Amino acid sequence: MRDPSAPPGPFRRSFWRSPVRGPWLTSVFGLLLLVGIPVMFATGLLSYAAYNPNLSPFNDTTPGKGLLGFYLFSWPTHPIWLYRLTQGVHVTLGVTLVPILLFKLWSVLPKLFEWPSLRSFAHAFERFSLFLVVGGAGFEFVTGILNIQTWYPFPTSFYTLHFYGAWVFIAGFVAHVAVKFPVMVRALRSRSFIAEMRTNLARTRPEPPDAGYLAPVAPATPTISRRGVLAFAGAGSALVAALSAGQSLGGVFRKTALLAPHDQPVTGADAGTVGDFQINNTARNARIDAAETGETWRLTFGTDDQGSHAFKKLSRADLLRMEQHTASLPIACVEGWSTDNQTWTGIRLRDLAALAGVANPSSVLVQSLQHGGGFNKAVLSGTQLMDPDSLLALQVNGADLSLDHGYPARVIVPNNPGVHNTKWVGSLTFRS
Amino acid sequence: MRWFSRWYGANPLHLLTMIGCILLADYAAVGLLKVKPVGVLIWFGGAVVGHDLVLLPLYVLADKSVMAVFRHRPPKLPTLPWINYLRVPTALSGMLLLIWFPLIFRVPSHFPRTTDLSLNPYLGHWIAVTGALFLLSAAAFALRLGNRGHRTAEYRHETADYGREAADYGRETAGQLPPSPRRPASPDSLSPPAGLSPPAGLSPPAQGLPEEFPPQQQLLGHRQGPPWDEWS
Repeated sequence: MRDPSAPPGPFRRSFWRSPVRGPWLTSVFGLLLLVGIPVMFATGLLSYAAYNPNLSPFNDTTPGKGLLGFYLFSWPTHPIWLYRLTQGVHVTLGVTLVPILLFKLWSVLPKLFEWPSLRSFAHAFERFSLFLVVGGAGFEFVTGILNIQTWYPFPTSFYTLHFYGAWVFIAGFVAHVAVKFPVMVRALRSRSFIAEMRTNLARTRPEPPDAGYLAPVAPATPTISRRGVLAFAGAGSALVAALSAGQSLGGVFRKTALLAPHDQPVTGADAGTVGDFQINNTARNARIDAAETGETWRLTFGTDDQGSHAFKKLSRADLLRMEQHTASLPIACVEGWSTDNQTWTGIRLRDLAALAGVANPSSVLVQSLQHGGGFNKAVLSGTQLMDPDSLLALQVNGADLSLDHGYPARVIVPNNPGVHNTKWVGSLTFRS
Repeated sequence: MRWFSRWYGANPLHLLTMIGCILLADYAAVGLLKVKPVGVLIWFGGAVVGHDLVLLPLYVLADKSVMAVFRHRPPKLPTLPWINYLRVPTALSGMLLLIWFPLIFRVPSHFPRTTDLSLNPYLGHWIAVTGALFLLSAAAFALRLGNRGHRTAEYRHETADYGREAADYGRETAGQLPPSPRRPASPDSLSPPAGLSPPAGLSPPAQGLPEEFPPQQQLLGHRQGPPWDEWS
């Protein structure tokens, strides 16, 4: 209604009659997202760094990243729970923010129909940045939420979409925050939060029309107080978090994750055994042939430094005769779920490097028996393979690995994304 | 500076920020749109259209329809704000469905094969959580009904005040009444609205604003159009 000639319907301010909608309420939701979104972005960038993408093309799901990988660093092995924490936060906070995002979008809907739609160049830019921030938010939340449920109806790789989409989104987000931050601060100061928390429905009055475009000029009778709206959104977030956080917290909390992908004990051969913990790729799914993992299996390891091709082969019995080490480490997945610490026993990767004759290895290429699949090989950094807790594990929790946990041998490295802890290892190629 | 602001609509810093952010978005969009650009654009645009023009109108319409249906029932319904006891469990259950529908409806059919976990429990879990939400809501409503006594009277009294204030407010802004102290009270004040001095935020509307307050829009609580006219 800035312009009386606005077409009827949603283009007129008087169309929007919610008595609780207004700059103050929008700003409270905006503030929550202003805290939450940067945490999401930072933990997302950390997860990309955790794959050590610069180490090898095999590790890089978005090789065209260019300058967007400016921050990458060698992913550490300690603390061992770091990736479990950052990725658990990324995913759990992501679903927890959904109700806040929905309320925020509801609260600003009149702006979508603002008339005239373009007042100036500045306004045109702002509206374009809003397209990036709203489209980007929807895009990032939808791709992330579908991916953690292992449903991939995407036009291309999830990693491509979620990584580049995050940068498009954050560009719009920064522009939006730059423009709206002073508006948000002013709106938050316009009313006392404590007084709002004490204002019941009967005493709820609309924000005054001159508080901003979002305040109603023709408000309907309130059916909910502003504190009621905040409690509504907060209850939504609390409920979503309570029903999913358990898959990352593990232990007894896993039972509380009633709506989260990894909320139950496994059902297959590992059920009820010491190997009863979460996995994301069964041997059946990886099409691991029992013959390949049987008596004839040999670990091939060595180096191809300077064109040499010095490889040795060891059977599982040979490996078991070597010096064994035990490490207590979790499995933490990019999908946010993780296991409690499991007790892994096997040979230190650095001992195998020494046996291969590589004194100062800078990396190792681990190849799985798995044919095909995105992560059937991974390259570990020197930091990772020299860690005393980095093992070629043969046993877990005191028993031989089950086929689903990677029998005859798997890699386990502290603070490594689950998918880089390669199962059904066929060969190790060390490089100095 | 002044000519710039007139031409552009904001200060130069605004322009610099916008250009910087749009360049960053462009740079990332090259990677995003490298493979199947049309499909990716559909997903990106679909996120806006799907929410703003499909999901949101649907749930607002649902909310309004329920309000309209019950509004025309015989007035045995209590004056408590009963709609929230329906709205909150429905919306919370809906949000859970919105997030977890692939698991609930067993869409990723390969899931049991890849994870050794079953997809069967999720529909039951969602129904059970939904049931618990409605039961909790019903219990809370029953509690409110049980001790409504003076609280309902207070609610009636204050909402009646609200209606009168709103009507006055309308006539004032339409220039039919001199400004009176009886206006919608600022929720910052906890005292009853009657007899308040005009709160700062609601001093007489600035010049030029009256067009934004056509008198027929002012009778709060009296709907003019069909229920979907009122997009709360």
